[in-house]
Amino acid sequence: MVDKSPKSPDFPTDVAAETQGESLADVLSEVEDIGTSMAPSQLPLLAAGGLVKSFGGIRAVDNVSIEVAKGSITGLIGPNGAGKTTLFNLLSNFIHPDKGRVLFDGEPIQNLQPHQIAQRGMVRTFQVARALSRLSVMENMLLAVQKQTGENFWNTWFRGKQIRAEERQQKERAMTILESIGLAHMANEYAGALSGGQRKLLEMGRALMANPQLILLDEPAAGVNPTLINQICDRILTWNREGITFLIIEHNMDVIMSLCDRVWVLAEGRNLAAGTPAEIQTNSQVLEAYLGQ
Amino acid sequence: MVSYLVSLVIFTAIYAIFSLGLNLQWGFTGLINFGHVAFMTVGAYATVLPSNGGVPLVLAALIGGGLAAFLGLLIGFSTLRLREDYLAIVTIGVSEVIRLIALNEEWLTRGAFGIQRFPLPLENFRPTLFSRYVMIGILTAIAIPAFWQLWKWAKRRLQKVGTLLDAGLILTAVCAALTLWLYGVCAIALYNFSDNPSRNGLMLVSLIVLALVFWRLEWLVQSPWGRILKAIREDEEVAKALGKNVFWYKLQSLMLGGFIAGIAGALFAWQLSTVYPDNFLPLLTFNAWTIVVLGGAGNNVGTILGSVIFWAYLTITRYLPDLLKVIHGVIPVVPPTVDDARLGAFRIMLIGLILIVLMMARPQGILGKKEELTLGR
Repeated sequence: MVDKSPKSPDFPTDVAAETQGESLADVLSEVEDIGTSMAPSQLPLLAAGGLVKSFGGIRAVDNVSIEVAKGSITGLIGPNGAGKTTLFNLLSNFIHPDKGRVLFDGEPIQNLQPHQIAQRGMVRTFQVARALSRLSVMENMLLAVQKQTGENFWNTWFRGKQIRAEERQQKERAMTILESIGLAHMANEYAGALSGGQRKLLEMGRALMANPQLILLDEPAAGVNPTLINQICDRILTWNREGITFLIIEHNMDVIMSLCDRVWVLAEGRNLAAGTPAEIQTNSQVLEAYLGQ
Repeated sequence: MVSYLVSLVIFTAIYAIFSLGLNLQWGFTGLINFGHVAFMTVGAYATVLPSNGGVPLVLAALIGGGLAAFLGLLIGFSTLRLREDYLAIVTIGVSEVIRLIALNEEWLTRGAFGIQRFPLPLENFRPTLFSRYVMIGILTAIAIPAFWQLWKWAKRRLQKVGTLLDAGLILTAVCAALTLWLYGVCAIALYNFSDNPSRNGLMLVSLIVLALVFWRLEWLVQSPWGRILKAIREDEEVAKALGKNVFWYKLQSLMLGGFIAGIAGALFAWQLSTVYPDNFLPLLTFNAWTIVVLGGAGNNVGTILGSVIFWAYLTITRYLPDLLKVIHGVIPVVPPTVDDARLGAFRIMLIGLILIVLMMARPQGILGKKEELTLGR
């Protein structure tokens, strides 16, 4: 990467200006440098290159690249403290990177606000599931719908009828999703009354309500019992078949191996390896990083 | 007696409107605004000054509300990126700055001399019998939905508890009786409109404004717009992750709450019929907080109920000297009189005590939902 000075998070426009000069090919060639092979005809849905983020003296993410092919389920693994969640925060711009660029659907997004990135169709979830406690489960779901007429203050004055119609329609859709994740009977309960595992499901369902192209899942199976893990995996596969791309951080190797088309490995803030699950399983470097030999 | 009660109704309505603005900002959006009185100050001055220059009163009040909303915009742009506790500090500072500007910019506000004379709504209105009936009709139109709500609530409650001897039901009955009585008083006042046109007119205007503000807010907080505010209150990171422009919605909440408080400021100026900077001490902000917390944060009906209780309390404790004399007759140890300063302090102390006891017994406020307190984050 050619960035010369660290960027302050307050001035994302600087990064934007630099990015426009760079072509997609530059980023992708960088991505390829770290050893992935990619069909040239198929552009990845999400591609990030040269991401750097320091917290004080610690380089939490150091020159990391990643790409997520359209329609895939991509895994992101690594030991604790490898920088996976920080990478998620950088991709969704919840934390602004010091250096590096992110392309989503062929366009640079690292100068966009987090909500703008979500509006473009990349929705993230959180490592510790965040339900909106004092909203009902249904309200949690409806919140995620994009471009609602009733979100505009003036529309609430003049378009009551249209808003009500939209609400009815979205409620039906939300019910279908809630049924598929087994939370339909909880629709009118406070989200704060859900168990940890149910919150994970709600978060995924909520992300789906936003009609995204890409969902970033941060440890969907953490702290969830095995039956529920199966249910979650099942859902992810179904939604993936319906056209949604996933990028998943997960420590549960069974989940990663059964779901993912491709796995990226981070260790100590750097790219360690990338490949198919089978390749990763036999990669000596990866085993070393995990087992500490 | 009637004119005293009418005055009380006006104060209650104004405080309810004022507190509804705070309830939108804090109860629904989670913004800790400790400078709410700033909006009221701007609203009052920005209504009174143009109306003295000949601007029609409705327009003047809208200017007042508009400028208060603009103040919300300024505060928002400079502070909404701060963490919530810092927002509290900055807002209380802003409200003092606004008051000190009003005190010192004498060319504009006449400073500590205050503004004594300005046009009041309906002061020159001499209604015919027919228009008096129309006004009573409007009053009735406001009262009927209130009674209907009380009735529905009581019916639900009765089905749930199955007995008439229930604290909630008794409270509802007391509310209904009080409302009916005040409705009668107000109707009589409107019938005898010409006794005190500006006071009786302001009573009707305040009640209409309160009804409109309440009705709009109830619809707003249930709309997708209000859902975003509630989501921000719960966890703004989630709102961001779902594509909501959190900063912009916080700003809207601050501005709309400010607009409402600005309109309350216009009504407040008309009610006092004089405007001094000392009318807008930070205590007003905390009165509004008391009202919102009493009624239950995030509950518009609760806020109105809080205002009623607050003013009922203030009125009842005005008769403490008489009560003291009675007690002195029975228990001679109690002194027959206490000087006013001590009595004033005692009244404030007592409302603090009531608030503490309420918070221990019903931490969610009178109409708050208890389940909400047991929820995990």
